[in-house]
Amino acid sequence: MRYLPLSAVDRADMLQAIGAKSVDALFCDVPASVLLDAPVDLPSHAGEMDVERAIAAMAAKNMGTGTVPSFLGAGAYRHHVPSTVDHMIQRGEFLTSYTPYQPEVSQGTLQYLFEFQTQVALLTGMEVANASLYDGATACAEAVLMAARVTKRNKAVLSGGLHPQYRDVVKTQARFLDFEVAMAEPDPMGGEDLAAMIDENTACVVVQNPTFFGHLRDATALAAACHEKGVLLVVAVNEVVSLGAVKPPGDMGADIMIGEGQSLGNGLSFGGPYLGLMATRQKLVRQMPGRLVGQTTDVDGRRGWVLTLSTREQHIRREKATSNICTNSGLCALAFTIHLTLLGEAGFGKLAAINHANAALLAEKLGGIAGVEVINDSFFNEFTLRLPKPAGGVVEALAAKGILGGVPVSRLYPDDPSLADLMLVAASETNTVGDMDALAEALGEVL
Amino acid sequence: MPTRTITGNRGLQVEATLIFEQDTPGVTAVDLPDPPKVKGRLGDMGRDEAIGLPNLSEPEVVRHYMRLSQKNYAIDLGMYPLGSCTMKHNPRLNEKMARLPGLSDLHPLQPESTVQGALELIETCAHWLRVLTNMPAVAMSPAAGAHGELCGLMAIRAALEDQGNPRKKVLVPESAHGTNPASAALCGYAVESIPANAQGRVDLDALKEKLDTDVAAVMLTNPNTCGLFENDILEIAEAVHAVGAYFYCDGANFNAIVGRVRPGDLGIDCMHINLHKTFSTPHGGGGPGSGPTVFSEALAPFVPVPYVVHDADGFRMVEHESRSDAKPFGRMKAFHGQFGVFVRALSYMMSMGSDGLRQASADAVLSANYLLARLGDTLTPSFGGPCMHEALFDDRFLKDTGVSTLDFAKAMIDEGVHPMTMYFPLVVHGALLMEPTETESRESLDGFIEMVKGLAARAANGDAGYFKNAPRMTPRRRLDETAAARSPVLRWKKEDSAQNTSE
Repeated sequence: MRYLPLSAVDRADMLQAIGAKSVDALFCDVPASVLLDAPVDLPSHAGEMDVERAIAAMAAKNMGTGTVPSFLGAGAYRHHVPSTVDHMIQRGEFLTSYTPYQPEVSQGTLQYLFEFQTQVALLTGMEVANASLYDGATACAEAVLMAARVTKRNKAVLSGGLHPQYRDVVKTQARFLDFEVAMAEPDPMGGEDLAAMIDENTACVVVQNPTFFGHLRDATALAAACHEKGVLLVVAVNEVVSLGAVKPPGDMGADIMIGEGQSLGNGLSFGGPYLGLMATRQKLVRQMPGRLVGQTTDVDGRRGWVLTLSTREQHIRREKATSNICTNSGLCALAFTIHLTLLGEAGFGKLAAINHANAALLAEKLGGIAGVEVINDSFFNEFTLRLPKPAGGVVEALAAKGILGGVPVSRLYPDDPSLADLMLVAASETNTVGDMDALAEALGEVL
Repeated sequence: MPTRTITGNRGLQVEATLIFEQDTPGVTAVDLPDPPKVKGRLGDMGRDEAIGLPNLSEPEVVRHYMRLSQKNYAIDLGMYPLGSCTMKHNPRLNEKMARLPGLSDLHPLQPESTVQGALELIETCAHWLRVLTNMPAVAMSPAAGAHGELCGLMAIRAALEDQGNPRKKVLVPESAHGTNPASAALCGYAVESIPANAQGRVDLDALKEKLDTDVAAVMLTNPNTCGLFENDILEIAEAVHAVGAYFYCDGANFNAIVGRVRPGDLGIDCMHINLHKTFSTPHGGGGPGSGPTVFSEALAPFVPVPYVVHDADGFRMVEHESRSDAKPFGRMKAFHGQFGVFVRALSYMMSMGSDGLRQASADAVLSANYLLARLGDTLTPSFGGPCMHEALFDDRFLKDTGVSTLDFAKAMIDEGVHPMTMYFPLVVHGALLMEPTETESRESLDGFIEMVKGLAARAANGDAGYFKNAPRMTPRRRLDETAAARSPVLRWKKEDSAQNTSE
């Protein structure tokens, strides 16, 4: 067993040093009735080759987005990740280290998290960011709870343009606390009036930009309406690449930004692990959940970094903490920050420009198909098509032709027939014009 | 105080400025094609101002992260005896498997017909976890241990609400992880503490006294954070169930018993499993983790969406409450959980097998007891042995030396070993909690023991100054955490950097 360094001789010697007859004697505190005397009914140990064969066989049954034209988005986006990223995050000093509680031997992790916090703050136009949460959806629930702490109110208004699974996660969390969630209807046209839903109990309004349906919406007026009534505005961003081209939440007056950071550095990986982002105003930082890295100096006066403001956290405050979060998404944050460092100002802007232009080109091609309508007036790299028939079947038919053409809105809203004909289509720098033509041709055929 | 070099570098320890201080406008580390010429669709929502990101070339970026990596301790480098953290070897096969095309490049919302292998993988991983715990159901979606705790408590509350009364409080031992009370609070429960007895276990009589029909759940870590098996566990489960409450087990310490004791046989109703502890997936400097949560028959109907179903038509995913035959309490997370971590954990479980996992827990317990036995005369064990997979000491051995647990730990850093968990659990004074895991060799354990003995002798000899000034050999020495918290600097700003350079 290749992961176990103790030999039979070692084990015997160690038992002797302990003064125990057998390993079973060390389990003497376990009631005899529940101590198993044989291995459980699962396969025995296996070498690398066997494990590789078994897992590769499962992988072979899937249609990877890397092998076919793929236009899927809806909160998870395929981007090209430079080779440097995966190489660096597999360095053992990053991959196999623990949370940086001992700062003298964790400056590597602490410094990249400080750089990450700065990058997130810059991208989003916010003052401060934390060192990551689990994913965009859980970050959304955390933002709502944070707004409740700040305002001491107990109601959240959620936009119909917010990702439906983010809405579900907030609703689930709210169900178990004395907390009200007012859900706007799904908003495929991007015309909702959320200010009208604010009342004296409202802690926050949560919107998304671009919206789940791809629309770009300026929340500046909504921010003013919120602030007039002491309400916080939370802006969600689930395609961070958009921030290379689109007005950021901070410029709209957002009080809290939450987002999904997967697009930078992190592969699709069937939905996880991903990277929750959160940023806010400096004055709200003590109500923010999650780890924070701060700059300081060591006893020799040299600049260094530590985890800070930990009196917000569960290991100090226990049931009075701002959140129960402990482990977050450190390595995903590293992938994000390396990718963004490789891109730089110029590269990030260009990446966003390519994404937008490819989507605009794709929209022209698909919008030209008889019976297909692009419903967006504006978008970044994802838009919604209205099809002449239910999108679920269309997506299956496209998959049968070897194309992952889009996400049917019904996958996320299965019980709303008015949304059944809608399909989300995303483009990125990974899509060639050939891919786009293939989709346009196939879509024409299956309709 | 070491000699100052001209550069501030010290041999292989090379200083790294911030990426923002390495900006060279006009330089890039990516060569992207020009976008196609097409009418823009941003409307009036374009970004007006520069973001402020630095521009670096690829060699500069590689060097930067290489230099940062060399400022970290890691399990790949040496023993990492953090109690209750299970810092075991992270096999590289796991990493290779998670990167296989057909797994790493799957979109979470592809048609189910195109991801049958991925759903099979989730179900296979779930099967291993159900068998190892003898529990009938598992929620795979929780993102980490604390998220799994929340998942378990939400299921408990949902079940109690279903019976008509959600009840009011959750009982948590004094020795519990901080996440336990924090998770209970997120479910709307008041938290009450259960005292420990003189043997480091839950005081059964005190627990019984607190149990009534206001109690929704008892949360217990087993083996507990003192490294001891709760030997009254069957009676505890019975007492909890007698008042209609549920029994939550924090599975952080599952590595001690995997393959030997099944939580389902102990009367436990739910338990989260940290795949990044027991099942060897990397901690990654603080995540990503994964916290699948197993459930008893009583709680199984309340497992959240999504979950995988296998029937005659193959595998499918139940993603909506309205599409479920049971009573899922909701959704914890977008998509389907930490899939990439499932791949790694399955790769590990298949590698170890049922026989290997059983050997792993034996070796983990053996190694901890070896530390306890060989350090028992030097340090001060808090409770009588044997222990499970971690050995708990307190700071009585440092009495009158002027050396604190923290000082002792900082001196260990200079010896090239990451310190054990300190000041936790809270039930003993100045705790030192050591978990060697099963992946340390005899030589490594012996080296650690000799080092700790040497330091203890040094402390006893009155050399407190040596400890107060440790560590000396690290990229940074002790950092001023008070100043960091008093006026937090949480991001780089151009003006701060200018000031820094001029100093």
